[in-house]
Amino acid sequence: MTTKEATFTYTLRLGDDALILGHRLSELCSKAPFIEEDLALTNIALDMIGRAQAMLSHAAELEGKGKTADDLAYRRPEINYYNHLITEQPNGDFAHTIVRQLYLSAFEFLFYCELEKSKDETLAAIAKKASKEVQYHWQHAMDWTIRLGDGTGESKRRMQIALYELWMYTGELFEMDAVDETLIKAGIAVDLTSLKTQWLNLIKNTVTEATLLMPDDTYMQSGSRKGIHSEHLGHILSELQYLQRAYPDAIW
Amino acid sequence: MVTTEQLALNVYNLISEIPDPEIPVITIKDLGILRDVVYSNGEFVVNITPTYMACPAMGMIEDQIKEILATNGIQHVRVNLTYTPAWTTDWLSSEAKQKLKKYGIAPPSHSSCTKLVNSPETVACPQCNSKDTELISRFGSTACKALYKCNSCKESFDLFKCH
Ligand SMILES: [Zn+2]
Repeated sequence: MTTKEATFTYTLRLGDDALILGHRLSELCSKAPFIEEDLALTNIALDMIGRAQAMLSHAAELEGKGKTADDLAYRRPEINYYNHLITEQPNGDFAHTIVRQLYLSAFEFLFYCELEKSKDETLAAIAKKASKEVQYHWQHAMDWTIRLGDGTGESKRRMQIALYELWMYTGELFEMDAVDETLIKAGIAVDLTSLKTQWLNLIKNTVTEATLLMPDDTYMQSGSRKGIHSEHLGHILSELQYLQRAYPDAIW
Repeated sequence: MVTTEQLALNVYNLISEIPDPEIPVITIKDLGILRDVVYSNGEFVVNITPTYMACPAMGMIEDQIKEILATNGIQHVRVNLTYTPAWTTDWLSSEAKQKLKKYGIAPPSHSSCTKLVNSPETVACPQCNSKDTELISRFGSTACKALYKCNSCKESFDLFKCH
């Protein structure tokens, strides 16, 4: 695996995370509990889709096969998608949506601050923008976690369930394989080992402030680095890719 | 004999007054979206950078640039979207900030944005200048704005987020 090939896979994975989470959040358009929250979630979705566009364009360029970001988004089957399993989990109730955001935005906040130092110029530039955007996402998730955890008996109960149910998807965020190792040596990728403790601290502090309990260690789900997904991704892609599958090469 | 630098400057001047599609009181030059124009290999390359990665106005800005240049007889134009250096609200001139305020959007208050969310800013109401304001939502009508309300004049307003 050359550095360029590894950078392609690495960038593709980051693009897939942003695209699939962006798609999930966009499903909430017009369905949030109230209008300001509708704007918040769709704004976050938009940030994600913007990041996906930037990452997938860069990936397409690195691949050098004349493809575009759209080709990568619309023409790949499930097995060639590398988003983390947590990004494809259903929105569920509002507590699940918020906890998914809590786990992910804390991770992305730490991750993109580090990626700013990447020796791949484009990744570093995208990271500089993403790290600013994701701070607002993190603050949003934190506010809601505290408000709902320290809220009514019902909101607390739902938050606690969501914290437990999504916990098994968090281990995967810190998995690294040959792609990461090659690129860490080249100064391009982020070493996730050191991020894990920081991430746990961020989550613990917020969960405690929200008067909720941290989930116990459990079996961690895995597979997305190899393109193995939960049953949800296929359904997402059938919707996301429908137009290009039904009418190949249709343009706006 | 006109140099290519002069031609590029001419192109820059022609497009620098294009208003931002979402905040029409300030131009793409005021906002820092328009970076520069260079002439290379028989075409003018216009470098623009988005305020936010998903800024939906970029496509429209590109179309407007091409349209204005075409009406001025300049055909060989390429609009290049660049992410380096990353756009920041630090690039807003004090003149641009004044224009925003007049339009009813509170300009970003700090110039340095290292810690965006942990240091809540005091935001003055663009209508009555009162500092007795509160945040309604961190996410406003567009990606670059947050929604506030003023406790003095009771008006709600947008804040151009520090970025
Ligand atoms: Zn006021």
